[in-house]
Formats: sequence, structure tokens, C-alpha cells
Amino acid sequence: MNDFDIAIVGAGVTGASVARTLSRYGLDVVLLEKECDVSLGTSKANSGIIHAGFHHDRKYLKTRLEVDGNVMFDRLRKELDFPFKRCGILVVAMKDEDMKYLSTLFEQGRENGAVGLEMCSRERTIELEPKIHPDVVGSLYAPAGGIIEPYRFVFALVESARKNGVELMTNFALQRAERTGEKWRLEAGDGRSVSASYVVNAAGLYADDVSRMFGAEEFSIRPRKGEYYLLDRMTKACPSRVLFPVPTQISKGMLVIPTVEGTVLIGPTAEDVDDKADVSTSVDQLDRIFEAARRMVPSVSENDVITSFSGLRPALDDGDFFLKVSEVVPGLVHAAGIQSPGLTAAPAIGEYVKDLLKEAGCTMIEKQRFDPNLQRLPRIRDLSAADVDSLATEDPRYAEIVCRCERVSEAEIREAIRRGHATLDGLKYFTRAGMGRCQGGFCTYRILKTIMDETGCTATEVRKRGAASAIITRQL
Amino acid sequence: MREMRFDVLVVGGGAAGMAAACEVRDAGYTVVIVERENVLGGILLQCIHNGFGLTEFREELTGPEYAERFIDATTTGIEVLTDSTVVEIENANGEKTAYCYSGKTGVTVVRARAVVLAMGCRERNRGNVRIPGTRPAGVLTAGLAQRLVNIDGLIPGRDVVIVGSGDIGLIMARRMTWAGCTVHAVIEIQPYPSGLTRNIVQCLNDFKIPLYLSHIVSRIDGHDRVTRVDVTPVESGSPNYDKTFAISCDTVLLSVGLVPENELSKEAGVEIDPTTNGPIVDARLMTSVDGIFAAGNVLHVHDLVDYVSEEARRAGAYVVKYLRQEYPARQLRVKPGANVRYVRPGKCDPSTENRFYMRPLVVKNDATVVVRLDSTEVKRIKRPHIQPSEMITFRVNEGDLRESAIRDDSVLEVGIE
Repeated sequence: MNDFDIAIVGAGVTGASVARTLSRYGLDVVLLEKECDVSLGTSKANSGIIHAGFHHDRKYLKTRLEVDGNVMFDRLRKELDFPFKRCGILVVAMKDEDMKYLSTLFEQGRENGAVGLEMCSRERTIELEPKIHPDVVGSLYAPAGGIIEPYRFVFALVESARKNGVELMTNFALQRAERTGEKWRLEAGDGRSVSASYVVNAAGLYADDVSRMFGAEEFSIRPRKGEYYLLDRMTKACPSRVLFPVPTQISKGMLVIPTVEGTVLIGPTAEDVDDKADVSTSVDQLDRIFEAARRMVPSVSENDVITSFSGLRPALDDGDFFLKVSEVVPGLVHAAGIQSPGLTAAPAIGEYVKDLLKEAGCTMIEKQRFDPNLQRLPRIRDLSAADVDSLATEDPRYAEIVCRCERVSEAEIREAIRRGHATLDGLKYFTRAGMGRCQGGFCTYRILKTIMDETGCTATEVRKRGAASAIITRQL
Repeated sequence: MREMRFDVLVVGGGAAGMAAACEVRDAGYTVVIVERENVLGGILLQCIHNGFGLTEFREELTGPEYAERFIDATTTGIEVLTDSTVVEIENANGEKTAYCYSGKTGVTVVRARAVVLAMGCRERNRGNVRIPGTRPAGVLTAGLAQRLVNIDGLIPGRDVVIVGSGDIGLIMARRMTWAGCTVHAVIEIQPYPSGLTRNIVQCLNDFKIPLYLSHIVSRIDGHDRVTRVDVTPVESGSPNYDKTFAISCDTVLLSVGLVPENELSKEAGVEIDPTTNGPIVDARLMTSVDGIFAAGNVLHVHDLVDYVSEEARRAGAYVVKYLRQEYPARQLRVKPGANVRYVRPGKCDPSTENRFYMRPLVVKNDATVVVRLDSTEVKRIKRPHIQPSEMITFRVNEGDLRESAIRDDSVLEVGIE
């Protein structure tokens, strides 16, 4: 029952992509996640950018996987229906000397195999991005760059994997790994356990701890925090492309990002922290974001802020991905150090890890009946009034608005709950309910009631995210 | 899609929407109210405390009682679509078209000659005031907490800290105490409270709840659920982090201001005033879009529902005049003078009585509101005490303005001395 060929530790974008890749083969695969839902770690809180392959040198594995991953997104989007748009990336030069750096990036990108790169004059830059600061000198344009809703991508990957036989176990916080015969026995904090012939370590920020549990390679993941502001879709500062400044040594700099859903993200900062759970935000960092964003888009305004958040990059010292069959213990494959451009590279990482598993001795036979496609779920904010009306004749709840800011219907919320997203945060990332300008002020009680009605739980049993995150403590 | 046609569409069935609709109905025009919830009444229904109606009904009512008087008045001659959300208003060739989504009836297309925007306001949230820290469960707006406690009987915590001394926060300090919770503090960034004085006395002092003026919550902590907040004094305009202290709690209620809900208005092409976040309106409470009017908290945030009802009734009356094609001959610009944050409406019709609402920028005893027409004083109104959290209302009528002194480009300036 709990005996698998392969166990993947961590259901972020890396684990999800590996799971989906492996679901093509005749293997019993389990995906283990310590949180109550998938994609709640680094994969949730990042820039949501599909990079275009010019930022790093080809000597890095991450660069090659970034270029390979980028081109895989069009097909994935067709199959999995997640929000993705190739809106293009502009790296903007605000000083003459920046242009030299942009030519270096341009050459680097060409060598990496990035397609369509263009060095732009001031005029061309303004044509491509009218909201840019008038002091702009020029830019590097990468039309293959794009934007994505990262959590929706992970949800879709996991759903597709599950549809093709992968088992998902949430709230499975790995505590112990034990070699018994030819297998690994993995035990969670709550006493559940599974066994598997091969294990993929895709534990993100905790990949070093997981490796240690196996008695495998010693390395250490250093969390590097990135803080962001989310701006209302009504903002005048929404650019049509992702805007990068000229990068610095430690990060790609602070960006202005038009999200796929019409809001605007500004950030991230880059700050090394000690605590892997520290996703708090701070005043001084957040002030820096505005300053930096305004240098590129002057109309960025504090009045448009909906919320702020931060995420942690699971960085390794050498800055590269660590994708390798363990040389210390049998049957373990590491997929660690997946920081930027990990989201872009994820589809290619899936393939790469599959090959590593083969190298480790795992036999893979393609399934006869792999179904790559997911059923499209209606989202009423994308539909005309007439289409919503005809949907409502089948299920009237498609015309019942629960979240007014993001226009999410009760039918969408119920569908998400049935698919296992039964916490406030899980629902928020799956449907966008509560993600808009009122931040749940108006819809939280409606969502509570819908969860209670759909799952049969009581109000005090509804959670925001983790086990102790009750919303309601007592009922009158 | 179901189609319906009325003279007037009212968006929102709270205090403003009901008052405006009654006025239109009384003049013999057809009118529909589209309301998102399953009953009329709006936010009044969750305000179970008293203090409503002193001006409107000359008696002290609870929110639901106040609402009920208006709900009773709407039972005949007004079409009410409940459980219906207006998602878009189009304006073409003088006709307004609204798309209303409902889980009961699908999509209804409502066409009307005029529209009254009466969507009210929403609460500012943590993101708007940028409180750093973690994002655990237990951080919610005071209004959401009020809804959960008073309507659904759900208590969202045990140990509470309230950020902001707005009226909803003060009312909730008392309400949470009654519900068996401990309210450890109310934290206010300004050196003076932002709610009504009577609420400070009745909701905090009577329960010995400490009010920290000139303090901010500088951080929220907790992984799954809130465990504590950091509180920092504000000294000469900026936080002194050396004096930060912590308060243990599991709940943070935010009462940090209200914002008119104008996304629908903006999409309909209505121009918004950056000071109030409400539509720019003329003396008739008509927005920049011909035939679209606004009243109540969607226009500017009021202190008292009585004022909302009064303003909305006036909007209804102006809609009737609009339908009868009775337009004002001329309108004068009204501008805020010394010590005034804003005056609404921003236009004055010199041929009739005008009612204004204004917010002062200062706290002052023995203040005088001075109205000037092109720098000639035309009216003085004495007030024993004014403060930014308390709205001032006054009238200017045709008798106050000498016809001979009025030019087409005359300006009415309202200041405080």
C-alpha cells in the first residue's frame, strides 16, 4: 500500500515537475509535502517570471536548464491551462555606462541560445514600454521572457501528475529516513510512513536537512529573502513588459512586473537570513523597493499597495543548481539549490532528474495511456456576461460572486475545495478569492461558509494554512 | 440573459441606496435596487450597537432598527434584486446598462436612464498601512470581525489588540470584551483618537481598555496564528524603535480607515477625487458621467448614517430633476480654504439651498466656519469644538448669496478660523 518505486520529497515547483515527468512512466510515485497544500514555500512567493536565458553564464547548469525550460512552456500551457504570457523582458539602462553591461548580457544570451534578443535605443525602449522613466538610455529586449502565476503552475503540474497515477500526501513532514533492505523507509512526524526504492530530494529550503536525514552529502542551503509589494490592478504604473534594472552581483535587482492577472508586483530585495521560516517583511526593505521601482516607472505609488510578502531563495554557496545522484548513499537523487531561474527551468529539471534516476538504476517504461491534458476550469472573470449566464443554467453558482475584487464565483470555490484546496490560503492561490484589494475583508465569511458546507467541517475547524492557523476560535 | 428596464438603477441596498430609491419612487419613477446580500440594509445589519438615528428619527436606534425603517419604506413601488452583484456598468447613447450576476437568477441586464452609485466603502487593510512581520491567521479588519461575531456568531480570537481608533475598532473593543475576549490595547498613530468621543468613553474608558495615542504596531509575529505584536511610540513624527515593547495576543483587528468602493465607478468612466477617493460630483451630486449620481460612503466616508440618508435623499431628488430635464442654470466652484481638508459637493447651485459636508484638518475649540464668495464673507457658523474625525455640515442657500455679486466664474471658499 505505502510501497512506492519513487518518493519525491517536497511539492514545490521542482518536486511537482519531477512528479509530472515521472507520471508518464509505469512507476508508483508518491509526492510528499509537509504543508497542507502544494506550492506554499518558495514556489508561492517569487517573481513569477519565465526568464529568457541571458542573465547567467553557460558554465552553470542552471543556465542550460533555463534555456531548455523556457521553450517548454508553450506546450505545457496548452496541456495544463495555467496563466502564462510571453510579454517579454526589458533590462533598462538608466546611465550611458549601463549600455556596455547590456551588450555583455546580449552576447551572453546569444551564446546561451536565447532567442530574439534585441539591443534597443532610447526611442525603441519607450515604444516598447511607454511607462518607462523618461531618463532611460536604452535597453536589452528579450521577447521570449514571460510571466506566470507560479502556484497555479504547480497546482496544474500536481493535478496532472495525480491524474496519471502519482499519489500526493500533504501534511507529511519528513522526520526520519531509514534504509531497510533495498528500500528507503520515510517516516513523517505524525507517524505515517512510506517506502520507496528511489527518493528525490526536492525539499527546497530544507534540502540540506533532508540530505542529512539520509546520511548523504553535506551542504547548506542559505535562505536569501526577497520582499515584494503587490499593487492593485487599477494602478497607473502597470507596464506591458517585465522591467529589470541592470543587475548587481548578488541579485537581478528590483523589478517592476506586470502579473498575468493584471496586478503589479515590485521587488524583490535580496537579504541573507538565518531562519528558514522567516518570511516576515520589514519597513526599511519595503521602502527600498519603492525607491528602486520608481527609478524605472515613476508612476509607482504607495496608494496602490494591496499587500506585501516575502519569499526565501534556497541558495547554495556556488550559486548553481545541485542536481546529482548521491555518491554517499544509494537510491537518492538531489534536486537542491533551485533558486532563480528555478521556475523557468522546472520543466527541464523534471527531465534532467528523470535521467538521473535512470542513471541510478531505475527502469522507466512509458505508459500506454498517459493523458497530458487537464480539463479547463471555467473562471468567470475571463468570460462574457452571456457566457456566465449560460454556465449558470448548468450550475447557478457560477453567477454567485463570492470574491468581488477578483470576481470569483461560488462554483469555482467549490470546485477548488473538491480538488483538495480546502484552506483559506490554498483557495486563495487556486482561485484568487481574497487576493484582491480588500484582502478578504468582504469575502472571508462567505468562503468560510462554503468550506463548511462543502466539507462538512465546523467553523473552528477551518484553517488559514497550518494546523494551528484557525480563523475562528469559538462559536457562540 | 434576463433583461429589465427602469428609469433609475440604484447600485447597493444599504442606507444610501434605500434613501435614494424611496425619493425616486415617491416622484413616480420606476426604480430598482441591486443588492449583493440576500437582504437590504448593508453594513447597518451588523452594527447591533445603538447610537443611530438621532438626527434622522430623533431617537436612538440600533443599526438593524435603523435599517428596518428604511426596508419597510422600500416594500412597495421599488424593485429589489437581492443576491445580485453588479459587475459592470456601461454608458452608451445616454442609456446605462448594468450586468448583474446572481446565483438565483443568472445574469440580468438592467437598463436605466440614470444610475445612483451607493456601493458604500471598504476597510483599509494591513497592506494599505504596511504593517511588517509575518502573515499568520488572526489578522482581520474590525468590520469583518464585527460581521463574524454579530451575524454569524463566530468569535475570531481570545486576546485582542486593535490597531487604529476608528469607530468600528472602538465598537469592536467593547463587543469583543462582551464576547469574553480580552482586549489588551488600542493603538493609534495620531496624537488624538480617530473615532467619535462618545465611543472612546463608552467603549474604552468604561471597560478600562488602554488607548495608546502616538503609537504604531511596528510588527506582527506568529507562524500559524498571531502570537504577539510589537508596539512603538511615535516621537516628533517618527517611530522610536528603541522604545518598542511587545504585547502577547492571538488576534489583531484593524480599524485603520475606510475607502469608498469605486472600482465599478472608475470602469464606468467616472472621475475620482484623490482626496476623498470618491467621485467628483457637482451641486446635484452628479458625477463626471452624465446621469450617474453618487451618494453616501461611496462618495466620501461619513461619520453618521443619518448624514448618509440625508445626502442620498438629496441625490434621489436631483435624479428626479434630471429625469425631468430640470438642470441648474449655473454652478459655482466650491473650494476648501484654511484648515479644511475637503468640502462636498465641490459645486454650489446659487439658485437653491445647498447642503455641504466638510472635514477639518485641525483640532480646535471655539472655531468658526467662514464662507466667502470671491473673498467677500457671506456666512459664519460657530462651532464649540472641531476635530478631523468629526464631520461638519452646513447649508448655503440663495439668501446667503447676493445675486448681483455672483459672476459665472465665482468661487465659494470655505475655511475655518
